[in-house]
Amino acid sequence: MTWERVIGLEIHVHLKTRTKMFCRCPVGFGAGENTQTCPVCLGFPGALPVMNRRAVEWTIKLGLALGCEIANHAVFARKHYPYPDLPKGYQISQYDLPSCINGNVHLPTADGDRSIGIVRAHLEEDAAKTVHVGGRTGRIGGADYSLIDFNRGGTPLVEIVTAPDIRSADEARRFLQLLRQTVVELGISDAEMEKGQLRADANVSVRPAGSDELRTRTEIKNMNSFNFIARGIEAEVERQIGVWESGGEVQQQTYDFDAATGTLTARRSKEEADDYRYFPEPDLVPVEPPTELVESVRAELPESPAARIRRIEPALDLERATVLVTGGLDRLWDETVSAGADGVATANVIANNLVGAGVEPAAVSAAELAKLVEARERIPRAAFDEALSKLADPGFSADPYLAQEALSDAGELGPIVERILADNPGQVAAFRGGKEGLLGFFVGQVMKETRGQANPRVVSELVREKLAS
Amino acid sequence: MIDTLRLTAEAAIELLERGEMSAPELHAAYLDAIAERDGELHCYLRTSEEPSGEGIPIALKDVISTKGIETTAGSRILEGYTPVFDATVAARVKGAGLSLLGKTNTDEFAMGSSTENSAWGPSRNPWDPTRVPGGSGGGTAAAVSAGLAPWGLGSDTGGSIKQPSALCGNAGLRPTYGTVSRYGVVAFASSLDQIGPVAKTVRDVALLYSIVAGRDPLDSTTADLPEVVVLPEGDSLAGVRLAVPRQVGELDAIEPGVRASFEAALGQARELGAEVGECELPLSYRYGMPCYYLVAPAEASSNLARYDGVRYGLRTTAESYDEMVERTRDDGFGPEPKRRIMLGTYALSSGYYDAYYGQAQRVRTLLIREHREALEGFDAIVTPTSPTVAFPIGDKAADPLAMYACDLLTIPSCLAGLPGLSIPCGLSDGLPVGLQLIGPQFGENGLFRIGHALEQAIGFDTVPERLRVASNPTGLTPSGDAR
Amino acid sequence: MAISRDEVLHVARLARLALTDDEVERLTEELGAILDAVGVVAELDLADVPPTSHPLDLVNVWDEDDPRTSLPLDDVFANAPDREGDLFRVPPVGE
Repeated sequence: MTWERVIGLEIHVHLKTRTKMFCRCPVGFGAGENTQTCPVCLGFPGALPVMNRRAVEWTIKLGLALGCEIANHAVFARKHYPYPDLPKGYQISQYDLPSCINGNVHLPTADGDRSIGIVRAHLEEDAAKTVHVGGRTGRIGGADYSLIDFNRGGTPLVEIVTAPDIRSADEARRFLQLLRQTVVELGISDAEMEKGQLRADANVSVRPAGSDELRTRTEIKNMNSFNFIARGIEAEVERQIGVWESGGEVQQQTYDFDAATGTLTARRSKEEADDYRYFPEPDLVPVEPPTELVESVRAELPESPAARIRRIEPALDLERATVLVTGGLDRLWDETVSAGADGVATANVIANNLVGAGVEPAAVSAAELAKLVEARERIPRAAFDEALSKLADPGFSADPYLAQEALSDAGELGPIVERILADNPGQVAAFRGGKEGLLGFFVGQVMKETRGQANPRVVSELVREKLAS
Repeated sequence: MIDTLRLTAEAAIELLERGEMSAPELHAAYLDAIAERDGELHCYLRTSEEPSGEGIPIALKDVISTKGIETTAGSRILEGYTPVFDATVAARVKGAGLSLLGKTNTDEFAMGSSTENSAWGPSRNPWDPTRVPGGSGGGTAAAVSAGLAPWGLGSDTGGSIKQPSALCGNAGLRPTYGTVSRYGVVAFASSLDQIGPVAKTVRDVALLYSIVAGRDPLDSTTADLPEVVVLPEGDSLAGVRLAVPRQVGELDAIEPGVRASFEAALGQARELGAEVGECELPLSYRYGMPCYYLVAPAEASSNLARYDGVRYGLRTTAESYDEMVERTRDDGFGPEPKRRIMLGTYALSSGYYDAYYGQAQRVRTLLIREHREALEGFDAIVTPTSPTVAFPIGDKAADPLAMYACDLLTIPSCLAGLPGLSIPCGLSDGLPVGLQLIGPQFGENGLFRIGHALEQAIGFDTVPERLRVASNPTGLTPSGDAR
Repeated sequence: MAISRDEVLHVARLARLALTDDEVERLTEELGAILDAVGVVAELDLADVPPTSHPLDLVNVWDEDDPRTSLPLDDVFANAPDREGDLFRVPPVGE
């Protein structure tokens, strides 16, 4: 029996506005505890929320970028649940009249574009932060007390809900990368998962391939990197397949995924699911975005990451194109290739060497980079690396580096290669025994000996020759 | 020596302007009156010893946040709570130079019609201290009538300004929803709460309204007044068309004495040139109370969710967070808030929302339409404010539904967001009867004009009979003019 | 429309009220009576009537994204029942 994966994602994006969603306290990382609070975000008696206009605009921007319809009448709603990080006892969110609906994202895959439906994107406020302290010896588990910092409470969040159109853990990862790149390029979020600016939960179920039933799904939370999310999804998929195949039934459950051990832990299920008791927020009035606003935002949207991947893919391949676009490197690639450099070589240099050297792509002169790419096999490795590291310097010119020649004389290099091989008999034997990967080790040793001056291609050929003999 | 029983706000302002009295002297005069009569009436929860402004004093209902001064909303769960910010209305009266005299008693979280739900005990009606002053703003209304404040600010959700004003014999305005900021006012029902003035005369009410009204950037539900407030003058009602809902004639709940007083007032309106016709509000009188007692508790259950012992207010010790919250709330809330929280939570809960809260919101739309139609061709709808005069303390306390029925006549226009002005129109068995004028949205100026003319013609003496003295020390009439 | 004791207990949990047995009994009766009275709204067929959330018809009320000074810590904690450092302290939250 082959199983199809049915995956949906729920993503929270923290908008990098200057102030909170419903009050004008500053939003910022690392401020002293409870120093970015006011009666509104502390839920003091009588305090009232006031919408952040920029947050509303950015939500429209994001909705448009995700292909959504922008609601001409959106309403905030109160969502009630009991937790100390919710000072009012409810979160102001959106319920049946959200800001954006019915979008879709074209996810480039090896088998063509997959259309991932966006059910909705809505605006809400983030909760505060609760820290649990203690666990004295002698106590059966649990904390001694909890501490709350309300700085984060009230930060604007956009919650994006996808349709269950994702069909693999890898697709989920790609989708998230694209989404992340999108919000970064729109300028509305820094979307760094380590800082909690982008959070994603996965809803996972499986079904027999070919059927269109929707079986019970589970939720996986608390995964803080795209890779963890992919692994968590895969782990849960396998678990579910195991359950079905052994005649059991998947139960609705929420899991936490521990990336270190690769295990899923079920959260203790509550006696009753939360009854959120949604109703329209009486302290806020509806949002009816003027058409001119929506259209002007739409006109200013940059070309989507997905479209750019598709555009440059023919010159490279899907993987390289994706790496460049989701790394924000494709503009530099475009310009460098326009300056005459080879597409694939440029992609490799940018993705591998440039990023590794910590060079800021935006500051790089594409024309100079093009020259370096063209000369990369000809000039000494050391010269190439140095030139690369200085590419972002103002007024940089590649010319001085191009003048150097890598050491390519077999007569000079031969003895060095022989010496390296003689010094490393164990590796030589291993290589001859089948470990072909050790070629790189020998080349590296020669490069070290020659302080980067040797031509690696020539060295590589020489090593192969001598090992074969 | 001034007679605070007689002094209107307008007259008091004039005294200060003419230099005949200083602000500290005026403040002290009220504190003296409070010392004399408040032990019995219990209008105030706390008073300020020193004046805080150059102007005349004002009393504020204890749901209005006052920076640095305890604000309890009549509840133990906020005992000792001292706001670190002023409500916008408090800031505006401060900005106008008015001096805070004290915080007045209220039904807990403004829920009630008698002030008996206050955790600090009821206030008493200055006309008969064995009777209630009305609620939830009984403290403010009683203070104004007993000469313990020239005027005050209250809050009205289903009648909490109008009804106490009727029972205590003074003027109270529930403004058009959205014309006065709710920022800093302890919330009961967000789509219904409004802050409004209570005073002896309609002109005083209009003056105080003009000080607090207008859009507040901190309250998204407020709007600017489309026209400036006009202090009413004139004594004619020529050309004014008033409508009495036909259903009012059929309501058994209205006491005969109240009805008689009301009819007499209508007679006087006609004498001033008004036309008194009839309108239809059948849905409002049948479904208004049920609608209100779904919408208001639902919003209240949500607004009161923040009282959890975490950041302010009462906290009951417990082993776990959940237990701490549940016990704090059970300890801190009195029976009426608990009733409404339970009712509201139920009305919003899964499976019941559509039949209760959802349905009530649709009924509300009908009531808004019904009022709009009823006002067509009329300047104001007029009814008695309260079906009864002040009732004895304890009479209705054990019967929630009987208590809720006190608001039968005030609730419907509150749901419609319309302004309502109550003025005293006579006595029944020696107790005040109030007349309610309901206008269209933003129709305050019209209400002031009609109310003022009628008030002048009726000539109701706002000083409770038992507090009048044979000789009047200052010889001032209710409006402050020399006899 | 009577409300059952179980429903009252359920609602009390949602409302976070630790009701005493007396209270549960009393409320079961009182709420039943009130629900009876307010339940008349069900008489009306309102499928075509839109709900009203706001009696005043406003839209698009918002603020520019300009920071205002936050509260000083003394004010933040002025009424706090329990404080540790610059954090609010509460009994442990169960998972």
